[in-house]
Amino acid sequence: MSRCLKTWWCQAAARWTAAVAPAARAWALLALAGAAALPVQAHKPSDSYLRLQAVPAEGGAGTRWQGQWDIALRDLDHALGLDADGNAEITWGELRQRHGEIAAYALARLEMRWQGQPCRLRAGPQWVDEHSDGAYTVLPFEADCSATAPTAAASAPAAAPQEAAASAAGGHAAATGLALRYSLFADLDAQHRGLLSLHWQADGPAVSAVFGPTQAVQHFEPGQASGWRAFGQYLVEGVWHIWIGFDHILFLLSLLLPAVLVWRVEGRHWVPVQGFRRATVEVLKIVTAFTLAHSLTLSLAALGWLSLPARWVESAIAASVVLAALNNLWPWMQQQRWSVALAFGLVHGFGFASVLAELGLPQQALATALLGFNVGVELGQLAIVAVFLPLAYALRATAFYRWGVMVGGSVLIALLAAAWFADRAFGLSLAPF
Amino acid sequence: MQPVQAAPRLPSQDSEVLERLPARADAPRARERARLQQAWRAAPQDVAAAVALAQHDFDTTAADGDPRHIGHAQATLAPWWSLADPPWAVRLVRAQLRQFNHDFAGAVQDLQAVVRAQPQSAVAWAWLAAIALVQGRAQDAGTACQRLASLQPGPLAVACQSQVQALIGQTAAGLAALQQAWQTAGSALAPEQAVWVLTRLGELHAALGDTAAAEQRFQQALALGHEDVYLRAAHADLLLDTARPAQVLQALEGRGRADLLLLRLALAAQAQRDPRAEGWTRELAARFEAAARRGDSTHDKEASRLALAQGRTAEALALAARNFEVQKEVADARALLEAALAARQPAAAQPVRDWMKGLGLQYARLQALLAQLEALR
Repeated sequence: MSRCLKTWWCQAAARWTAAVAPAARAWALLALAGAAALPVQAHKPSDSYLRLQAVPAEGGAGTRWQGQWDIALRDLDHALGLDADGNAEITWGELRQRHGEIAAYALARLEMRWQGQPCRLRAGPQWVDEHSDGAYTVLPFEADCSATAPTAAASAPAAAPQEAAASAAGGHAAATGLALRYSLFADLDAQHRGLLSLHWQADGPAVSAVFGPTQAVQHFEPGQASGWRAFGQYLVEGVWHIWIGFDHILFLLSLLLPAVLVWRVEGRHWVPVQGFRRATVEVLKIVTAFTLAHSLTLSLAALGWLSLPARWVESAIAASVVLAALNNLWPWMQQQRWSVALAFGLVHGFGFASVLAELGLPQQALATALLGFNVGVELGQLAIVAVFLPLAYALRATAFYRWGVMVGGSVLIALLAAAWFADRAFGLSLAPF
Repeated sequence: MQPVQAAPRLPSQDSEVLERLPARADAPRARERARLQQAWRAAPQDVAAAVALAQHDFDTTAADGDPRHIGHAQATLAPWWSLADPPWAVRLVRAQLRQFNHDFAGAVQDLQAVVRAQPQSAVAWAWLAAIALVQGRAQDAGTACQRLASLQPGPLAVACQSQVQALIGQTAAGLAALQQAWQTAGSALAPEQAVWVLTRLGELHAALGDTAAAEQRFQQALALGHEDVYLRAAHADLLLDTARPAQVLQALEGRGRADLLLLRLALAAQAQRDPRAEGWTRELAARFEAAARRGDSTHDKEASRLALAQGRTAEALALAARNFEVQKEVADARALLEAALAARQPAAAQPVRDWMKGLGLQYARLQALLAQLEALR
């Protein structure tokens, strides 16, 4: 396979996209400056968490929104001075009294426009919550972007940053979709970020975005269009990955090779199957079982609901190929090859999931991308079957097929897969590729 | 949106304390900041006022570890932040803020401009040396340390040189020189400077495999009573290396607010099969996750150690490899070697091999790890 076979880990490695907070590593010689304390990693820089969810409305999704904005008390204290008695503790009493002021301050620094139309933001009651670095005020709000909403002199940002940015968000040019301009703490903390999670449908997938000084204005379109694009793109990926996934192909071929033959127990030998229809039914049973099984585990794994150790999965896949090939040499399971396909298909699904994880799934079109990938895998599989079946059927009565392809091929497959297994399970490098 | 929190709630008592701020409004540092802020507000375009406030905020991060002050300092410098060639006083602070966010190239550029304008600036030379050390550029670090020694001789400049020597395989000589300097002039140092020198001494002993002497130096530094998260982390690492996790749990009790120390607590608890391991690990992962969401990638080494402890070897290796592209100290090399070993990928350790070869670096633990990796081939 072209993906790294010997060391499965390199695949998983590509998944990791994240990492972490500022490390003040050059503490070292700060001592010399006389201000000798050493920077360390603790806490995290300032973030706010903004959630927007479209409310189904007459004008279509987008005219009305429900929002929730979590803002750190530490940051609000820096901006507004919450600690009234100066004892270094912010109590609920101190916070509660300032809710109106906090809401006005924050909402004045979030500008929303829908189809170029300014939205009116109205604050709800106050809650509190904990994030990993301390207490946050929770500010629920509603946004009304209908043309009849009283316009937005009230929501014009108090601190007006760059004009260019303002006009971009202002929708003179871009009058479609949702435009957001975020300027909370822009004047006080250059490292502050607003982490947006945007939902076009209730409980629908989230679009994530990060706002900061250089990304103060961002623009969002409803998701459908990108969903279909994702479907097509992942469909192609699915086709491609079954074609380059030798272990999946060899497993399938091992099960399909005897589909044009029948095992005679009395004489312990193979005879050609009677009729194309019977061969086709057999092939369909195997392919369908394999498909059902690996679609199931692929989906479960891709959605993060189920996961197995990579090494285990890759070893089990190799073992399944060995077993399927040996079954052609010493048949012990002839009538129910579809059940073998079903059982091991579950394992192969996890293998596909690792490929998908390497690609990454677009969060805003998770389901369509997953479906596209699944369909792509099936189409790729069907293409292989479409080439295999007529050829095998035509050749099935020849000694070449029965000895060369069936026995010789199965021996080769079993040997190759055994080498994979040794490599994946025990790290022995025997596989030629 | 939910790192670790439960659902939003409504407190029932006005007296409920929601958040503790790092300092009271009347604490000396807070009063000093109020004074500087007032001066800056009166003249926000004045270089001296802005630089004083920004430097104060940077130093506060140094003291309490809270990176929020870095963002405040950057906002104060906003009028000059994107200029190619702001006044040198601005560049000196900007360099410190930039290196904090791992923009080492930008920081070095600023510092070089500062020493061109102010060749006598010991601070700028010190930062140049510090950054070169972090990046494993031994020759540049050596040059900067020399300039420093000529401007401001003493144990601190010697420690600078000793760290360079440790990088190029002369650890023993570096240690001897620093011990000598500490004996003659150590008593003249301020407590925080003494802590810093003692920590370096402990590290050099540890590099040579003399854990008993290292332990003694760390204890000596701790006894000075100047709170220093990096010292505590270095000490905890020594305890972990010598299989004494119980002592780590004891020494770092209640100090998990600093990520560096929470990581050591989690590692120690895991080694000790302490039931708190799970909670700490989750908390730490949540902090890394939160940082990842905002696009920060400056905690890779710590995240790698956590991933390794949790058996996520592939992630650990990817993180350690990415970290080593940016930072090249012994600890960074070690993180990569340990991750490569756990992932059974000797080839992944090649950058460390090349780096050690280039420097002629001798370091007992790194060499032991490399030998184990070779055995895998």
